[in-house]
Amino acid sequence: MHRYVLRRVVMMIPVLLGVSLVIFTMMYFTPGDPARLILGDTASEAEVEALREEMGLNDTFIVQYSRYLKKAIAHGDLGTSYVTGRPVITEIVARFPTTMLLAMLSVIVSVLIGIPTGIISATKQYSIFDNMAMIFALLGVSMPNFWQGLILIIVFSLHLGWLPASGFYGPSYWILPALTIGTGTAATITRMTRSSMLEVIRQDYIRTARAKGQSEIVVILKHALKNALIPIITVIGLQFGRGLGGAILTESIFSIPGLGKLMVDSIKARNYPVVQGGVLFIAVMFSFINLLVDILYAYADPRIKSQYRRRS
Amino acid sequence: MNNATPLLHVKNLHVRYTTDEGTVHAVNGVDLVMKKGETLGLVGETGAGKTTTALSILRLIPDPPGEITSGEILFDGHDLVPYSAMKMRKVRGNHISMIFQDPMTALNPVLTIGDQISEVIRLHDRLSRSEAYGKATRMLELVGIPADRMGEYPHQFSGGMKQRVVIAIALVCNPLLLIADEPTTALDVTIQAQVLELMQNLRTELGTSMMLITHDLGVVAKICDTVAIMYAGEIVEYGTLQEVYNNTRHPYTKGLFGSIPKIDVRERRLKPIPGLMPDPTHLPQGCSFHPRCPFCTDQCRHKKPENVLLYGDHFAKCYYAEDGLQ
Repeated sequence: MHRYVLRRVVMMIPVLLGVSLVIFTMMYFTPGDPARLILGDTASEAEVEALREEMGLNDTFIVQYSRYLKKAIAHGDLGTSYVTGRPVITEIVARFPTTMLLAMLSVIVSVLIGIPTGIISATKQYSIFDNMAMIFALLGVSMPNFWQGLILIIVFSLHLGWLPASGFYGPSYWILPALTIGTGTAATITRMTRSSMLEVIRQDYIRTARAKGQSEIVVILKHALKNALIPIITVIGLQFGRGLGGAILTESIFSIPGLGKLMVDSIKARNYPVVQGGVLFIAVMFSFINLLVDILYAYADPRIKSQYRRRS
Repeated sequence: MNNATPLLHVKNLHVRYTTDEGTVHAVNGVDLVMKKGETLGLVGETGAGKTTTALSILRLIPDPPGEITSGEILFDGHDLVPYSAMKMRKVRGNHISMIFQDPMTALNPVLTIGDQISEVIRLHDRLSRSEAYGKATRMLELVGIPADRMGEYPHQFSGGMKQRVVIAIALVCNPLLLIADEPTTALDVTIQAQVLELMQNLRTELGTSMMLITHDLGVVAKICDTVAIMYAGEIVEYGTLQEVYNNTRHPYTKGLFGSIPKIDVRERRLKPIPGLMPDPTHLPQGCSFHPRCPFCTDQCRHKKPENVLLYGDHFAKCYYAEDGLQ
């Protein structure tokens, strides 16, 4: 198991190299001159050219990319933000706790809604509850997040005045954004839980559990849910990974100073180092969450665990 | 327990499944009697309603779509049909337990063998976790699996071993009745004999009565005391092993015996019973076997025959049962 994890971590290196190459290339070919952006419209052509030379922007693509990589690997230096002049790493680390908190809150919301709803829907298939849940799930999946966020703001901030509409300063500020992301994800989790449970509760071992005299609730929660968990974990992991990269739209709507907002602002300002660093960071987060999900698989299903053991 | 009351007395049991394609009449008036300590062989083709009958006794028919529409299931004198879910749970696994056909899928893949055996003990005996685990370990050894495998998962066991575990689960609470639904069908032929022998030994040791569902008449001859032949949801012939085997009265039973190839006769072809089992959504009028019966008369086509009592408990559902079959 440990060797398996180690191998997976090592395998992340080529992935990250690939991501850095792609994002660097994209930024390289994006129109717009960073030197001009930094100096502003009033600077003379000569000043801009001097800064270009100083920043190394006149070098070939290969030279620029290898310089970026060398600095990143040797010093963990992803460059400095054109806007603030602070290291990119500092910028990202400053924003990360906010994003992490929002991601965790929304996952909690979605799990608390999604899993119980999915279980009840599956055990009472085609009942009124199931039909209602499926309608809401369909709505939740199809409704765009930003629109849902705006509706929540209109209802709970403007009309009812219960909750603040923007900022991220305390628990009351967390509720609306967490609900915005969480309910959308809850819909996906509900549907996944339902379909996975439906498959499992028809299995013979569920009948065996009933034939032992086990109560229905234990049959469902102990015997069925644990078997249905793999696809559910996958969905939760995917959503959490996405959340850690910053919820771009939701953070913009609620003016939350998280990674998503940082990315949007940086793209608008052509702040290339921050965009590059941010994408790389998101890729790292995603890989780690994926690894975490794979490790969780092993705890949910012993067959997968023994497979890992055999492979490493 | 009163020795005069039979352990299990199923009276006129009807079970149907309501589906989009129509109502499936799976069990149509089954009557069965099992005495304590007896082994009953329930024999019939696939789709005859054997498993449905067995699941009804445990009240495990999936509902919906299944439903017990009428009849009584007297277990030790008490009718199980009106039992509440809670009361029924105390019967399952404790007084009546069941071994299912396919051991490959009957065990929960994410729980250890030890947990799965202990679970049933913890449900019915007032034992602590460790006491239950100890009892489960002894049971595992009793079915011939070393104790150090308690912590392993089903995928680490072979099919025959899994069936042994299933047997351990079924017998660990010392039930009065064990229902074994084709316990060896999914196993290799070489393992079949071992598993049957194990079941037979444990059953004798624990004094458990057993209902063996099978379509293997050879197995029935080897271990059963009484035989019930099932066709289209009815018991068409019932009696002691000797009576049914040596004094066969129902043409269907006759056909079943006729379809077994004999080892000492060189046969060019197997002799199947012509035709197929009737569609349970549209059962034929009269005797349900009449479309396939070589002795069929007008009477059989229109009116359902009643049980004809023969020697002892032996009965057959055929107009010509008393005459014997020529």
